Amino acid sequence: MPNKLARWTCLIAASLIPSLVAAQAAKPATNSAATWKTECAACHMAYPAGLLPQRSWQKMMSGLEKHFGADASLSPAVTAEITAYLVNNSAEKNTSRRSAKFLQSIAPGETPLRISDTAYFEKEHRKVVAETWKLPKVGSKANCNACHSDADAGEFSGKNTKIPQ
Amino acid sequence: MRRALAILTFLLPIGIAQAASPAEILESHTAQAKQENPAFKGFSAAAGDRFYHAAVKHSSGKQLSCATCHTDSPRNAGKHERTSKEILPLSPTANKQRFSDSANVEKWFKRNCQDVLERACTAQEKGDFIAYVLSVQ
Repeated sequence: MPNKLARWTCLIAASLIPSLVAAQAAKPATNSAATWKTECAACHMAYPAGLLPQRSWQKMMSGLEKHFGADASLSPAVTAEITAYLVNNSAEKNTSRRSAKFLQSIAPGETPLRISDTAYFEKEHRKVVAETWKLPKVGSKANCNACHSDADAGEFSGKNTKIPQ
Repeated sequence: MRRALAILTFLLPIGIAQAASPAEILESHTAQAKQENPAFKGFSAAAGDRFYHAAVKHSSGKQLSCATCHTDSPRNAGKHERTSKEILPLSPTANKQRFSDSANVEKWFKRNCQDVLERACTAQEKGDFIAYVLSVQ
């Protein structure tokens, strides 16, 4: 009986270890992306990290108590987790042409907190007239989804873009 | 076998978040309320109803209340005042996720009390608010 017990214990423990190890190993990347999405998208679209430089995200995440006029504070642990995710996926770390364009358009001494404050955003939206931004369906430059149907997936190309009338 | 079971019971809760019922979350505010006010007499859904709907003048000049974003009834889906993003209903009968995670509840009280009242809420206010939301069927 004691032998049977020991065998059972070993079997169960051994079968659990790989899944626990895997969960631990996979945790940083998958969970921090999920945390970023859950927390940021609670109030607005989760803006892709690759659209701003590292210093912008660090500044933003260090002032969540006054986040564009709203209290968006998070626990220190969640703040650190999301900051790390944003920094690791910032425009400097993203190899896309779009991230490079955003980076190039921001002067070294500038730390924009709004993606729409960058010269590259301005250039890409130069044909959008003032009346369009004021449409009820649009509301503000922060509402990417109004025209970019796949903005939530980080997709802003022309074929997925339609300006509401 | 018992030892194996003991190991299992020890290992299984790892990674499972602490879930609570709305009633437990309401009750968790009682101790704090007693500490803040020795004459505390319990939470009141009627007081929570008044608190929820009372518009206060924000320093920005806007008149704000809980209902500004959460609508007149906690059973309805609301809309973020600034971003227009949809807010799922507050009432657990309409949205089972509500009042099931104490840390999440406190996170939103901290933010929203600051955004609307420009101060922290008292435990009495929070308890009354929850009692009201739970009373709306």
